[in-house]
Amino acid sequence: MTDTTLAPTRLALVGNPNTGKTALFNALTGSRQKVANYAGVTVERKEGVLTSPSGRVIHVLDLPGTYSLRARSPDEAVTRDAVLGRLAGETPPDVIVCVADATNLRLVLRLALELKQVGRPFVLALNMFDIAQRQGLRIDLEGLSREIGAPIVTTVATRKRGIEDLVLQAEALADSMPAGENVWHEPSAAEIRAAHGEAQRIMKAHVRPAERPDTWTSRIDRVLLHPVGGLLILSTVMFVMFQAVFAWATPVADLIEAGFVGLGGLVATVTPDGLLRSLLVDGLIAGVGSVLVFLPQILTVFFFILLLEDSGYMARAAFLMDRIMGSAGLHGRAFIPLLSSHACAIPGVMAARVIDQKHDRLTTILIAPLMTCSARIPVYTLIIGALIPRTTVWGFLNLQGLVMFGLYAAGILSGLLVAFVIRTLFWRTASEPFMMELPTYRWPDPENVLRNLWQRGMIFINRAGRIILPLMVLVWVLSTFPYPPEGATGPAIDYSFAGMIGHFIQPLLAPIGFNWQMSIALVPGMAAREVAVAALGTVYAVGDVEGAGQVALASILQTQWSLATGLSFLAWYVFAPQCVATLGVVKRETNGWLWPTVMFSYMFALAYLASLATYRGTVALGWG
Amino acid sequence: MSEALVLDAIAAPEALEAPVGVAGAGLLSIARVGACGVIERVSAFDGALPAPELERRLLELGFVEGARIEVLEEGLFGRDPIAVRLDDTRVAIRRREAAAIEIRFDSQADA
Ligand SMILES: Nc1nc2c(ncn2[C@@H]2O[C@H](COP(=O)(O)OP(=O)(O)O)[C@@H](O)[C@H]2O)c(=O)[nH]1
Repeated sequence: MTDTTLAPTRLALVGNPNTGKTALFNALTGSRQKVANYAGVTVERKEGVLTSPSGRVIHVLDLPGTYSLRARSPDEAVTRDAVLGRLAGETPPDVIVCVADATNLRLVLRLALELKQVGRPFVLALNMFDIAQRQGLRIDLEGLSREIGAPIVTTVATRKRGIEDLVLQAEALADSMPAGENVWHEPSAAEIRAAHGEAQRIMKAHVRPAERPDTWTSRIDRVLLHPVGGLLILSTVMFVMFQAVFAWATPVADLIEAGFVGLGGLVATVTPDGLLRSLLVDGLIAGVGSVLVFLPQILTVFFFILLLEDSGYMARAAFLMDRIMGSAGLHGRAFIPLLSSHACAIPGVMAARVIDQKHDRLTTILIAPLMTCSARIPVYTLIIGALIPRTTVWGFLNLQGLVMFGLYAAGILSGLLVAFVIRTLFWRTASEPFMMELPTYRWPDPENVLRNLWQRGMIFINRAGRIILPLMVLVWVLSTFPYPPEGATGPAIDYSFAGMIGHFIQPLLAPIGFNWQMSIALVPGMAAREVAVAALGTVYAVGDVEGAGQVALASILQTQWSLATGLSFLAWYVFAPQCVATLGVVKRETNGWLWPTVMFSYMFALAYLASLATYRGTVALGWG
Repeated sequence: MSEALVLDAIAAPEALEAPVGVAGAGLLSIARVGACGVIERVSAFDGALPAPELERRLLELGFVEGARIEVLEEGLFGRDPIAVRLDDTRVAIRRREAAAIEIRFDSQADA
């Protein structure tokens, strides 16, 4: 057996959702994991490597959770095709590991019966065996193994128990058992019923019900799913998450930003003035900084999401929000991505992974940038401070605050409206019925949470960063070249490509009340929304817009912009896709340029129409 | 039962009162919290999904004839969706799809 040239063995993990598949995958492969995408689809491909005690290299593929090989979503199609060895560009697995929650065997037994038809050797991993033992569940392992025709290993993934045994069994299967004939076909309703009957019979014969079944889940649900109390608790959880993003992540993000500004300053002192310095400081360093600055928010949002998912609360949140989200044609699970988008659309778009169904997920991604992200706040504060009088209306409401609130509300309402339009016009038939298992509550495993958090962070840096950074450099090139001619008096940006683009599109923007300074500021403002404030500072030549500069800029705007222009600019920022980083992440998450393009176009169209209506309306009211 | 009829039943509040603790057959879509029984029939209708597809999904989630079922929780708006115990699992489902599931409710004495 201990040949020196053992061929690598391929394992694939298959199982119902929430059975501890991810935990088992982590226990098997540790940190030797790689996350990528399957060719052509947006499904995440997780593969890891381990070396068995006998020295054999084993590749483990973690497949999306499913109840059946009859695929209902792109994720499940990957599972089916991988199991059947039909996945393009993939070597079929030698051994399938069917992961089961030992305390909840009925559904997975039916899946195991389907796997049996595939004819590939498989081993059943009875995970969560610690809980089964605690509950006094008695399983006749030998009998069960005989019935399903596969060896059984009991595991406790979070304690790494049973892992060696599992590897041993899988190796033995790979060596001894050739793949049999595949007689699997999509089961009909009658066949599913028959399989259920068979699973029921096997359960009766070999599993004695738990002596001390879990009663906590029902008790907790009575509180957490209470029609009113549950919603209040959910609001509290969300409030805490939102607070954490601002209280924990924003200071760190500011620190990162300050760090890169400092680094830029340092580099500027050691490089000669000129193109190289500008490229290094304003292009590269600022570009890398602008990628990393998102990391604290992404990690905070995902920290909460992982806790909510692993504890089993996420499904409850979806339950509570389903009716409200459903009125806009969204899935209950869209709630958390959309809420996260109020901090930043990027973690929001990434969080849309919690939605399985493709069209539900795409709809959520498409409207995520309409939620008012924190990068809009500097723009809003500047314009509101400059142009909206600080008066009190109806006796107690601050008009400036009211406008700010209106902008937030406009974001949410327009998002829901866009979702509604998408779902009623384009993807009418695709609307998924809301049906999902509410898993047993569990304590999240810290190691699992940290590992998955680390993975999210790396994915963002590796993949999204690779798109964001070049786009940032592009924006820098546009705002820097060509140089102003000798003896030029205007701001340098006026002579650059950005300036040219600004002047070129100005006639287009004139109907919505934008002057040429605003048109130019929009171009570097593509890098990130708040950059528009700095860009306005540059074109109005007030220099640094921090502190005194900001006041100076506000007073310039006060004299140079009409109220109609200011409101139009605000309306623009509610809708316009002024953020290449978001577009980059959407590209990464949807695996192509189609959806970023759709997003860009519809948001620009909305922004233009909204600004046009705002400007014309305000002028008509005589506030031009 | 046609889907339209079922939806009418959801809309009419008095229909919601019926099957708590009352023996007899009824649809899961009009069951209230506390109602329990055994699934008698799963017969889907065309809706968001074509009938055969909905039927298979319900079956795959464990809504199968003979399974014990109990309504545990309901949502705030229109008492929708509902959370049910289905043998050893818990499942959330909208009342709309629950209309495909016919239950023989336990009588009060059994419950
Ligand atoms: N007690 C116990 N908990 C486990 C075990 N395996 C996984 N878990 C926990 O179960 C939850 C769901 O696990 P996860 O791996 O995310 O499930 P997946 O949805 O199948 O990938 C997490 O909170 C895990 O920490 C186990 O063997 N015993």
